[in-house]
Amino acid sequence: MAELLRVTGVKKSFAGVQALKGVSLAIAPGEIHCLAGENGCGKSTLIKIISGVYAPDEGKIEFGGQAFSKIAPIDAIRHGIQVIYQDFSIFPNLSVMENLAFNTELAAGRKIVNWKRLRTIAEHAISRINFQVDLDAPLGSLSVAEKQMVAISRALLSDARLIIMDEPTTALTRKEVLALFKVILDLKKEDIATLFVSHKLDEVFEISERFTILRSGERVATGSTKDLDKKKFTFYMTGREFEDSQFEPKNIGEKPTLEVKNLTLPGAFEDVSFELRRGEIVGVTGLLDSGRTELALSLFGLLKPEKGEVLKDGRRLALTSPADAIRAGIGYVPEDRLSEGLFLPRSIADNIIVGEIDRLSGAAGVINRSKRAAEIEKWVKELAIATPNPDNACQTLSGGNQQRVVLAKWLACDLDVLILNGPTMGVDIGSKHDIHKILKSLAEAGMAVLIISDDLPEVIENCSRVLVMKRGRIVEKLEARGATEEMISAVMM
Amino acid sequence: MVKKLSRRNETYITLVALALCAVIQIRSGQFFTPNNLVDLASALIVPGLFAIGAFMVIISGGIDVSFPALASLSVYATTKFLLNINYQGGILVPILIALALGAILGAVNGFLISWFSLPALIVTLGTASVFKGVMQGALNSTQLAVIPPGMDAFGKSALFVAQNAESGLTSRMPVAALFLIATLLLAYLVLRYTMYGRGLYAIGGNEISAYRAGFSVKWIKFLLYVAVGMIASLAGLVRVCMMGQCHPTNMLGMEMMIIAGVVLGGTAITGGAGSLTGCMLGTILIVIVQNSMILLGIPTFWQGFAVGLLIIIGTGVSAMQVSRAGAHRAAKGAPQVSRTAKGVPQ
Repeated sequence: MAELLRVTGVKKSFAGVQALKGVSLAIAPGEIHCLAGENGCGKSTLIKIISGVYAPDEGKIEFGGQAFSKIAPIDAIRHGIQVIYQDFSIFPNLSVMENLAFNTELAAGRKIVNWKRLRTIAEHAISRINFQVDLDAPLGSLSVAEKQMVAISRALLSDARLIIMDEPTTALTRKEVLALFKVILDLKKEDIATLFVSHKLDEVFEISERFTILRSGERVATGSTKDLDKKKFTFYMTGREFEDSQFEPKNIGEKPTLEVKNLTLPGAFEDVSFELRRGEIVGVTGLLDSGRTELALSLFGLLKPEKGEVLKDGRRLALTSPADAIRAGIGYVPEDRLSEGLFLPRSIADNIIVGEIDRLSGAAGVINRSKRAAEIEKWVKELAIATPNPDNACQTLSGGNQQRVVLAKWLACDLDVLILNGPTMGVDIGSKHDIHKILKSLAEAGMAVLIISDDLPEVIENCSRVLVMKRGRIVEKLEARGATEEMISAVMM
Repeated sequence: MVKKLSRRNETYITLVALALCAVIQIRSGQFFTPNNLVDLASALIVPGLFAIGAFMVIISGGIDVSFPALASLSVYATTKFLLNINYQGGILVPILIALALGAILGAVNGFLISWFSLPALIVTLGTASVFKGVMQGALNSTQLAVIPPGMDAFGKSALFVAQNAESGLTSRMPVAALFLIATLLLAYLVLRYTMYGRGLYAIGGNEISAYRAGFSVKWIKFLLYVAVGMIASLAGLVRVCMMGQCHPTNMLGMEMMIIAGVVLGGTAITGGAGSLTGCMLGTILIVIVQNSMILLGIPTFWQGFAVGLLIIIGTGVSAMQVSRAGAHRAAKGAPQVSRTAKGVPQ
């Protein structure tokens, strides 16, 4: 059968930077193809070329054997290419029905709204993938997974033959990911192909038949997923080899530096007690509703527990705000670095020093410029933040580098305890390894580290002890050495 | 049903308005009299028209603070021109001239905002000053004590006259009230039953998505500011006719009160959400406060204080509802919502 899509030797550069250096890609009808690569490898550029948003500098694109050197978004849509963007391209303020039907109505050039017709279109759309939803509900009230289903249903309305999903699983729970995979497999039965963009290797193995891996604008590998293994995948993605090693704590403190006793926040967690010593990395894991995030927020003064106490080096803490926690030497790296951890439009430099401004300023509160510059240089170097200039805005960095800036911010504050919530969520493999290395060296330098994460391999490899939470209680405390994913998920569920 | 109503902003604002009416009635005995109600309705015409325009702009995620200046300029130019040529005809020609001028001035706003993607607030702050400058400088505006007879007659024409049985006071319901009703109806139909109107909501919800879906975002925004310029000019003309004279600076400064009314009626200042009903209720509430405090024996300089208080309470209640709804959903275990509740946009 003829190929649905073939891209040959596509090159594209922006302002002198070569984003794609002659990339080729072929997709057959009904194929599930995974496009992988680290942030900045050119995945998004390639998608935008396929969907007609960018014109390639060189190379050609073929839809069903018909060749084009340049296409407009409407050409791509006419040939059945549909992109589901990470933001789903939706209107949170409008009803599900309108979200589903607008594209069709606009494509038909309609000027008048016929609400009955909108409903028919919307009902037809969701029936394709057996998706149950209240069509009159405002879209903003839906969960992330439901919003994604709306976007998929909408894409199918325009006779899609290839659906491109840009990192579709980032914000989904495991159960929702499985539901998504089922939909993708159902579409396959109708000969609709899926190009699945991801950098999570377990997903690549689970769903895709074929894969293409990009690195720095070049295709480094393509083929059948059957021939791929974890080690090869990581190497193709990063160009580096990594040794997985179990964290071995050294210099564990004699006395606990942080003690949590019977901490209770009704509705979130109950009767939580544990201790944390210098040199240790302790992992807290559990399902989304296990109270793990609330626990972390409470230790940082963002939520107020009703009962129980927190002791730092034997002294009782009154944590009513993050300022109290920082004063006590406790830092927190949030789950969603984009909305909670960084001032994205501000410079990398400002983000690094924001927590220690007091220390850098003189008597009149004016910042000492040379001290500031020295401090910034130190951290950019120490954490290998990839930037030509620390005065660039933080949002110019990739996810992994942004996460490093958050880390730098807290390390600059001279902390004893560092709490990290999902430290590598949405971060690519290379950066993930780097962040793990940083955490391990921090612990070796005498810091007490608490990792909140549902990434079980991460917890097992990087922690010395693991606390498993379930419905607000710590149900199991175990040594990470010797623990397996099965053991932990058995108590977690 | 009750539950559904309790979640709507319109319900609260209606209750507040009714409570206020009741208080005024008890204190003065003069609120629910035919002439007072007609007076209120007639005082609502101009702010109501302005509010419809402001509402549509806010729905689209924009903001317009230039409409009083725009209306002042176009209606002053219209009146002055008609006086100069000694126009003796009816109201139709003044309306057409004012609408045309309004469309041109609105197009200036629309052009700058949609084609150059400049922030609407900055553009309209700038054009407001420019419009005012043109009126006061180039046209050398002064108060026009006499207006063309056609306009004057239109301002004095009444649909009906209401009389207070006790005091014998009478109030006219101006014919211009029909303009408000017609504009309201038209705006409702456009917003509800045209792709253009749904496009305004879509752009207010997510402009990039609107573009990707196939809405011609630039044209929709451009035409919006043209339409709003026309509505504002119409409002200005109605005001001059009803006053029987043209006072060029009389409308300036109304923008905050109007926008406040729209927001009070539950329209999201960030765009995308709100209803015309709410918009009108909010405006009515502001008009009642402005016009009825005298019946309570409260000095008029407390007006600003009372309106300000109303806005803080009104918007506060809806903000609290939103955060409570967010907390409720968060408790059900949807993490992305709990983040939104802290004020971070999705």
